[in-house]
Amino acid sequence: MPMTAPRARRRRPARPRWSWNDPALRALVYQALLLGLVGLFIWYLASNTLHNLSKRNITTGFDFLQQRAGFAIGETAIAYSPNDTYGRAVLVGLVNTLMVSVIGIVAATLLGTLVGIGRLSRNWLVSRLCGLYVEVMRNVPLLLQLFFWYALITEIMPGPRQALSPLPDVFISNRGLRLPWLAGHAMDWILGGLALAIVAVVVIAHWARRRQDSTGRIFPLGRVALLLLAGLPLLAWLASGAALEVDRPVLTGFNFQGGLTLTPELSALLAGLVIYTAAYIAEVVRSGVQAVDTGQWEAAASLGLRRRRVLRRVVLPQAMRVIIPPMTSQYLNLMKNSSLAVAIGYPDIVAVTNTILNQTGQAIEGIMIIMAAYLVVSLSISAFMNWYNKRMALVER
Amino acid sequence: MKWMTGAAAAAALLLATVTTAQAGETYDTVRERGYVQCGVNSGLGGFALADSKGEWKGLDIDMCRSIATMVFGDASKFKVTPLTTQQRLTALQSGEIDVLTRNTTATMSRDTTQGLMSAGINYYDSQGVIVKKDLGVSSVTELDGATICVLQGTTTELNLADWFHAHEISYKPVVIETSEGGFRTFESGRCDATTSDKSQLAALRASSASPDEYIILPEDLSKEPLGPMVRQGDDEWFMVVRWALNGWVEAEEKGITSKNVDEMLKSDNPDIQRILGVTGDMGKGLQVDNRWAYNIVKQVGNYGESFERNVGMGSPLKLERGLNAQWTDGGVMYAWPIR
Repeated sequence: MPMTAPRARRRRPARPRWSWNDPALRALVYQALLLGLVGLFIWYLASNTLHNLSKRNITTGFDFLQQRAGFAIGETAIAYSPNDTYGRAVLVGLVNTLMVSVIGIVAATLLGTLVGIGRLSRNWLVSRLCGLYVEVMRNVPLLLQLFFWYALITEIMPGPRQALSPLPDVFISNRGLRLPWLAGHAMDWILGGLALAIVAVVVIAHWARRRQDSTGRIFPLGRVALLLLAGLPLLAWLASGAALEVDRPVLTGFNFQGGLTLTPELSALLAGLVIYTAAYIAEVVRSGVQAVDTGQWEAAASLGLRRRRVLRRVVLPQAMRVIIPPMTSQYLNLMKNSSLAVAIGYPDIVAVTNTILNQTGQAIEGIMIIMAAYLVVSLSISAFMNWYNKRMALVER
Repeated sequence: MKWMTGAAAAAALLLATVTTAQAGETYDTVRERGYVQCGVNSGLGGFALADSKGEWKGLDIDMCRSIATMVFGDASKFKVTPLTTQQRLTALQSGEIDVLTRNTTATMSRDTTQGLMSAGINYYDSQGVIVKKDLGVSSVTELDGATICVLQGTTTELNLADWFHAHEISYKPVVIETSEGGFRTFESGRCDATTSDKSQLAALRASSASPDEYIILPEDLSKEPLGPMVRQGDDEWFMVVRWALNGWVEAEEKGITSKNVDEMLKSDNPDIQRILGVTGDMGKGLQVDNRWAYNIVKQVGNYGESFERNVGMGSPLKLERGLNAQWTDGGVMYAWPIR
């Protein structure tokens, strides 16, 4: 065909394929060389270290993970005793880190969003207070804040024998917060009901959006969701026979036994992480909302939408695109900052692994475990946030 | 060309790593450098603590000074690296320090799997538990269900778990990074008790606001022989450290003190003549001055003098000699003969 002829002529004349004059080939060779050098260097470092360690009679390898740990851990979300292995102890630390990170991320997002939107409020007092919060919290080092919260709890709160009891069976002391908690059979039914309610809300939300897309009718999703989330667990509990086994905290000997505990270490760590990170998140949210052109507000208002609905339906979806990427790094920061736990005695993965590497003397392996754990968790958070970002991205039609 | 510079830098780095990997023996390095680098506690009254003038004082510091005196004939030829419990073993393994004189327990696994060697014992200690008097407890066995502050990265953590397990009572640990931090948390009431080597508990109690409020419970949770440690691979250096310790202790047994050491030079006791280098050639095998023990006693004092000055009755700690008395006085301090 006539169209293809000029294109064919433009193609490179047939020359020996592997010529040094070919820039693409040269680039390839350099890159391969560099990669080889880097690989060689890493191999050298590794073998050099191994050689030195064995020369100094220092044991290497990860066999120690199978050995009995022998030390106790103060706070464990999964079962653990000193008779378990070092590997299990690392897992306990990792679960503790994950727990703090997840609770911290959720709480910091809620608080940060409130403060960020508060900073944009037309109410002078609210906006100035939120501004003050952001400036103070961002400019005081996190470690200092952790010490502050920890000292506040341990120095000011009374001992367990003089514990404050603002509500019956709720005790606040320098051993932490003790709450009564449902125990046994009833708890399973309530949790089951809650799980069912969550599934139902997701399904209804999906259906409501479709219906609104096709008919324009708005479904009162918020109220229905609330009803389901509160009602289903209650119904499940009634269906189970309404048995109420309450695990009450009781002062025995030196401390309270039973009930649910929030230790001073966990409380101080969470307070510090949430309050500090929320200040950054507030700025991210504020900048995201302000990045949306005022014309959008005016256009929505001229359609007769209320301010709250404009924020929810018009501005936030656009702001999200600006908010999500910096938010990802805030989440990563929070997760990594949780390693400061070691300073106030919360057994996160760093604290536990520190103990292990002292007991076994295998510092390099210990540090490698910590690095690998943080890398995996960080990459997972990034991957999730990238997926969410893609979902929220502007869909061009 | 950019990549050539890069390659040259990489090669230089490679060569550099080769040299450090095959660094000379510790003893040679120490002598070339002109001073001993000791790893010490970052602050433990009586054992290693910087005074108001910034000068380090304590029983472990005197151990370090004895080593410096043995090598250089001058007790001031040393520098300290303050270390936490977690850093100390790694600092010694990696060569950051020459000798660890930091109340460290000699154990089999530290000798056999961590590439270290204990050169001797300069303080026989045991692990104890301290509580506030108003808790009304007089024995560790009454502490069932208590919260206990523990120092991270010590044999203490294991001993505590073992002891409570053996006595079938439970406890909650709160693990804190530094001993001062642990004691402060205990003082604030977060923990019912805290545990550490008894010498450390005494030091922490002495430095607290109201020392009379606390009692150290009678039980010994473990044996804690504390002493200087070196890394494996330099036998000569190991022997320098071992014999600095033995000379220091032996001088006390023979009654040689910093005050009478010059008169002792004239003694006709062959043992004392040999120790002080008047006769014999005892220093030659370690390439040090024959008067090494004379120098130690003259500049540092003998072990007993150092003990009294730093942790004994002449100090705020007021520790009994107990196990740390000379074997001739019912203790277990028993120097090997210098002959």
